[in-house]
Amino acid sequence: MDRSLLIHVAVLLGLTALAVSTTQAAEPAPARQKELVHMVRQDCGSCHGMRLAGGLGPALLPERLADWPDDSLVATIIHGRPGTAMPGWQRFMNEAEAGWIVARLKQGFPELD
Amino acid sequence: MRLRPAIASLVAALALAGCATTPPEALRGTGDLGVVIERAAGRVQIVEHSTNSSLATVPGLGDLSHAHVTFSRDGRFAYVFGRDGGLTKVDLLARRIDKRIIQAGNSIGGSISQDGRLIVAQNYEPGGIKAFDADTLELLSEVPAEYAPGKFSKVVGLADVSGQRFVYALFEAGEIWVTDFTNPRRPTTTRYPAGKQPYDGLVTPDGRYFLAGLFGEDGISLLDLWQPERGATKILAGYGRGEQKLPVFKMPHLRGWSLAGGQAWLPAIGRHEVLVADARSWQETARVAVKGQPVFVMARPDGRQVWVNFAFPDNEWVQVIDTVEKRVVHTFSPGKAVLHMEFEPRGEEVWLSSRDSNRVSVVNTATFATRSELPADAPSGIFFTARGQRIGF
Ligand code: HEC
Repeated sequence: MDRSLLIHVAVLLGLTALAVSTTQAAEPAPARQKELVHMVRQDCGSCHGMRLAGGLGPALLPERLADWPDDSLVATIIHGRPGTAMPGWQRFMNEAEAGWIVARLKQGFPELD
Repeated sequence: MRLRPAIASLVAALALAGCATTPPEALRGTGDLGVVIERAAGRVQIVEHSTNSSLATVPGLGDLSHAHVTFSRDGRFAYVFGRDGGLTKVDLLARRIDKRIIQAGNSIGGSISQDGRLIVAQNYEPGGIKAFDADTLELLSEVPAEYAPGKFSKVVGLADVSGQRFVYALFEAGEIWVTDFTNPRRPTTTRYPAGKQPYDGLVTPDGRYFLAGLFGEDGISLLDLWQPERGATKILAGYGRGEQKLPVFKMPHLRGWSLAGGQAWLPAIGRHEVLVADARSWQETARVAVKGQPVFVMARPDGRQVWVNFAFPDNEWVQVIDTVEKRVVHTFSPGKAVLHMEFEPRGEEVWLSSRDSNRVSVVNTATFATRSELPADAPSGIFFTARGQRIGF
């Protein structure tokens, strides 16, 4: 009895731990989110504009990105687009973080604070 | 002691003399003035470099990421070009906005004509240039960068040269255009093929040569404006030697005083190098290895040093190259995310903006000691009125 209860609890705990870690992978920690917002507005901003309304690179505003599949945008951010001025950013972020950026870009990107 | 009442009565007399005259304590020249762009806040600080201080803040200039400034020849007005297409004429003496218009959807800069009467803006969206009356900012004419039917290009590297001409490059079109505004309402334009994806341009201090840096190929396109009919030629072709390019996380800027000691000093693209070419034969004479992808490569006004800042992720560093020894003699970090540098006109000090450290540092160029630090909100460009007296600024 006790045993099976313990196993139950352990399994449940394990499952919640797993759930937490997967949502963490999709959702960077708050401090990291701040860094990513700063990077997008300032460093991506040097080509896409600080307000992401475009520059040498195209605008990254929700209405422009709406029809693009997320994974293709993530691939563009991670690997860049050879032959264009868009560099790959894999040295500075992982795919989950690029995915978080793409989701935010499609919603309207957070402001710097 | 006896001076005191004398001064007091003088002040009183002047006050009585009426409000029409400027109070004498407010009289000043403009030769030592400048502006610092506070990027995110959409503000500029008006600064002076005689004693290195900030005089005033002027808000309300819109999106100033990638802002550029050109000056009236009397040094009184700063024309600030904002990313959002705003063109703001700031009165540096009255310390307020004199006029402001939105002239385009997406702009990266502009320049003033030889006679000081025209302000020409270069735009990404809609791609092209526009000429304005320098007093009123009235639109006089525009030249769309339509390089093929229905195809418009982003305009980069706009520079003013003699004869009311403006020279610029077209990123998508791969061309250099020269537009003559002798009749400001009816400009005439000549086109020259240049090379793949010119990303910025500069004109030599005498206004003779226009250089366009190419992103899409190794090399720099050169147009001799004394003999433009000969067309643009390529210099430093193949400087990458066929090696794999390093990623470029920020485009270099050519606009600077990069002619020093008879040599042109230029950022390589995708290589952590500064390229050096003889300014007469345009042959490569050296290359100097540096810490990252160079962004600004700027010669001190006397040409003895060249200062270099870098693209992300090496943007906290600044390196100084000795132009005789052609090697790096000093490496330091004035703060985080160094975006711009501006020399005082005689070159004894240089101002550096550190966006992420929220300050501008003033550094002695002989000793490299920091002389002053001025707080600023995410500063980017620094521009001094001495630019107003130079060709190509
Ligand atoms: C050095 C300039 C530069 C920088 C810095 C830069 N980009 Fe780009 N980016 C471009 C260019 C140019 C394109 C268009 C490529 C093409 O022609 O297909 C582009 C395309 C994109 C696209 C695809 C959108 C589209 O409409 O094609 C996304 C998404 C993107 N960039 C995100 C980013 C993010 C996020 C960053 C920062 C982590 C960044 N970029 C930094 C130049 C840059």
